[in-house]
Amino acid sequence: MIFKRPFFWIVIGVSALLALLPLWGNDATLRETLILSAVAVILATNLNLMIGYTGYVNFGNVIFFGLGGYIGLYLTTVRGWHLITAALAAGLAVSLFTLLFGLAILSLRGAYFALATIGILEAVRAFVSNFAPWGKAAGLYVSFAVYQPLGGPMRAVWLAYFLVIAVFCLSLLLSLAIKNSKFGLALFAIREDEDAAVTLGVNARFYKARIFSLSAFLPAVAGALIYFKSGMIDPGEAFELTVSIEVIVMMMLGGQGSIMGAALGAALYEQLRGYLLTSPSLSHFQLVIAGGLLLVIVQFAPGGLIGWLYRLVPGARRLFE
Amino acid sequence: MSGIFASLLDGLLVGCVYGLAAIGLNLIWGVMGVINLTHGAMIALGMFGLYLLFSSLAVNAYILLLPILAAGFAAGIVVYWMAVYRVVGRPALMSLLSTFAVNMMIIGIGTTLWSTSPYNVNFNLPGISLGPYTFTGNHIAAAIAAVILAGALHLFLYYTRFGRAIRAVADNRDAAELMGISSTRVLMVTFGVGSALAVASGGLIATLFPFTILSGGVYQLRSFVVTVLAGLGRPVGALFAGILLGLLEGAVTPFIAISWIPLIEFGLFVVVLVLFPRGLFGRNA
Amino acid sequence: MRRVFTLFVFALFCWTAARAQQTVTIGFTVSNTGSLNVDSLEQYRGFELWRDQVNAAGGIKAGGKSYQIKFVTYDDESQPQRVQQLYTRMILQDKAQFLFSPYSSGLTATAAIVTEQNGKIMITTGAAEDKTYKLGNQYLFQMFTPASDYLTSALDLLKAKDASTQVAFVCADDSFSSAVAAAGKAYAQKIGLKVVFDEAYSPDTTDFGPIIDKVVASKATAFVGGGHYADGATLARQLYSRKAKLEFLSLLVAPGSPKFTELGNAAFGVTVPSQWEVQSAYKPQFGPTGAEFAKAYQAKYNSPPSYESAGGYAAGLILQHAIEQAGAIDTAKVASALNSTNATTFFGLTKFATGAKEHGLQMGHNMVLAQWQEDKSGKLDKEVVWPAQAQSAQIVFPIWQGPAKTIAQAKQAK
Repeated sequence: MIFKRPFFWIVIGVSALLALLPLWGNDATLRETLILSAVAVILATNLNLMIGYTGYVNFGNVIFFGLGGYIGLYLTTVRGWHLITAALAAGLAVSLFTLLFGLAILSLRGAYFALATIGILEAVRAFVSNFAPWGKAAGLYVSFAVYQPLGGPMRAVWLAYFLVIAVFCLSLLLSLAIKNSKFGLALFAIREDEDAAVTLGVNARFYKARIFSLSAFLPAVAGALIYFKSGMIDPGEAFELTVSIEVIVMMMLGGQGSIMGAALGAALYEQLRGYLLTSPSLSHFQLVIAGGLLLVIVQFAPGGLIGWLYRLVPGARRLFE
Repeated sequence: MSGIFASLLDGLLVGCVYGLAAIGLNLIWGVMGVINLTHGAMIALGMFGLYLLFSSLAVNAYILLLPILAAGFAAGIVVYWMAVYRVVGRPALMSLLSTFAVNMMIIGIGTTLWSTSPYNVNFNLPGISLGPYTFTGNHIAAAIAAVILAGALHLFLYYTRFGRAIRAVADNRDAAELMGISSTRVLMVTFGVGSALAVASGGLIATLFPFTILSGGVYQLRSFVVTVLAGLGRPVGALFAGILLGLLEGAVTPFIAISWIPLIEFGLFVVVLVLFPRGLFGRNA
Repeated sequence: MRRVFTLFVFALFCWTAARAQQTVTIGFTVSNTGSLNVDSLEQYRGFELWRDQVNAAGGIKAGGKSYQIKFVTYDDESQPQRVQQLYTRMILQDKAQFLFSPYSSGLTATAAIVTEQNGKIMITTGAAEDKTYKLGNQYLFQMFTPASDYLTSALDLLKAKDASTQVAFVCADDSFSSAVAAAGKAYAQKIGLKVVFDEAYSPDTTDFGPIIDKVVASKATAFVGGGHYADGATLARQLYSRKAKLEFLSLLVAPGSPKFTELGNAAFGVTVPSQWEVQSAYKPQFGPTGAEFAKAYQAKYNSPPSYESAGGYAAGLILQHAIEQAGAIDTAKVASALNSTNATTFFGLTKFATGAKEHGLQMGHNMVLAQWQEDKSGKLDKEVVWPAQAQSAQIVFPIWQGPAKTIAQAKQAK
């Protein structure tokens, strides 16, 4: 079914390209740039599952990434697990955690839900800062020895890169699969008018909880991989509210609700920030520029980039999602 | 005097300031359904405003609050036209992002102007000592100022014509317009007043301790907690919710390691959200 | 005649070409935005001053060639993910041969992964945490005294002044401050000082009222801790206005900044463990003296240097010395020269640990303790009070002279 959609093949093609390009040229700089974009896309597309499909705004989305990072780092460094098993375990653990908390707060609507997610984010940060097995405020460090079973630090980083691209591909395909399923239809109904949907027999509570925990899985796996590559994690940077908000911004820039939009917005935002940072004249103003850009888009083009694109080239709608 | 009593008293004093800091957010949210993410930046601007005025004029810092209130009001109006006017009534996410964008711009400009080094307003009123514990004059004055400002707002909302117009628009915007109230003007003034209060609380906070351009963010987060505790509908309720939060901090600090306090605060926050969606003092949901 | 002249010119040309300017590229990131930007800028200025002075004198002279120093730098936004991306870029794209660290232990730890992966030397400064050097590295070299040693001088002095004092450790809940406080507490207990309070506060804490009440209730007479700028300055101010009656107060980082004087009376008597102060009177084996460095820095940047700037400049000096000793800019040779470095610069003694378990950890450098005191005109000024070799004034102890006395009266009574 989803194999019939052209977007499916676009995703496969792009993922293969991302995996092969830096490898072919043995270009680590390109790899570093691409991995940041890939992570941005992973976070934005999974967030889109929540915000775009159900209309529930999750301000705490960085928790998935940060907790995934902590669990992954703990399992590989302290327990000696292999990277792939640790990353998968992290994904499952964070999904479960999200399911439990979701059941508590998903009864809230609109801005109240958003605020509750902020509250949970700050509470998790405070908790981890006090949690001794995870290093409390000092965080966890990867020892260089942990790279040995994977063939040394160079190979380990490349492995992490390929795994991240795999997660990138899966994120987009997951969004596609849900969009074209009955599950997705129920979610859209909830987004449009939750009360009406419930009256028509949609088990809103069940669906919301499912998508919430699902939207946590892949970001958590990505978190485990990325923090493994970074080599250290501490509560201050793992649970930063600003990062969460940036992911929302990326999604909005591209166009919420649209998979291509979320992906495009994330990739472009990441590149724009990277460019602004390394440009000698503009780096002081990058916050102002980014802010100004966001303001203009929210006010005048709320459909984001993809909305603008669809108006320009209506045929694109058949190609993208 | 025992330690816990001193702690509670300190909590009460600082709670008044928390409350004042939140009233602006509560007002704007209650009247127009907009969660103002420039709130933190406004508080930071108030801090710097006081610093600049104080270093050039060396007048009693509390008198300087008056021009700061005026400046805050003007700033609020500017932000309203820049970011809020077009997104009122649209889904909450729009106004969240719109105001966040302005927040980024303010922080960006602020960092360029003042970097992130701390600034201090060296103005001290003599304190009151009870046994080994001293309560600084600045804290007491700040608490009194907070109560006065909150009281002024209450009088404005309930005893003036314009205040009544604001309450009408908060209740039902369309009906108010049918009654001949210019809702745009009301929303604009409300945003201005909300920002003025945020800026003023920033000025008060500046008398209490050193700050940087990033200090406002912490207060914004706390304002969320206070607003949720208070509930929407009665902005002045935020003052009492702030005091409650301060008392909670004061009550808990002597007994547990202080690093656990944020966990307790935010845990409470989530619990109140889920169990008491109307807050403790609010009218509307 | 003409032929001789042409030959001479030709020979001159060859000789000049042989001594032609080569360049050595050094890469590092600076936190232009984000919470670390003030300290990061000071560190950058230290690097810059070193580069400009050395280049003006002809560059680094090694193995018969002279190398002009070229920097390649980017803004890391105080963000670890950016640091990795940028260090990879500097090594692979910009072809940096040596790296300096970003400012702060957290960012340095992340950068270290990249530099180790690529087998490049990184001199770290502005980074005191020990953990990074215990993970099995080969090419990291730390300029700063590690966090585990930060409070040693302060606590030794405290013991000497009042062995019966009761110490409170109150630090910010971030990786650096908590590491320093934990090591400090262990050392205090080891030398027999009584610890009556030991807690960490969230770095977001703005009001320390209830916390100070708790400290007062514990009957502490010495207070050690803090975190970074804003909370350190706030603690100093609130401890003073709440009349905490301390005989000794030592805070991390904040009192090191010239801006600390804005606190007025609250700044008086506050001590800060410092990596370096202008008054530190070390006799350098090469490079400028402390006074010369401070003078050049003041002339160029119109403000006095901080220890971050000194660390930056010293990092350059040590790297230069190692390249000169090695006679080449080849990584293995320079690393070997760094490993055998045992030299005193204006910054102090620099000697690196060479064992595999903690390679690069700084072994030779000592912290000094500086205190804000009043000079004859009543202005606040920092003096070095410990250790004796670097001392420029006696410590004011105890700080709290009694509720009724002003600073001037307290001074007269001394």
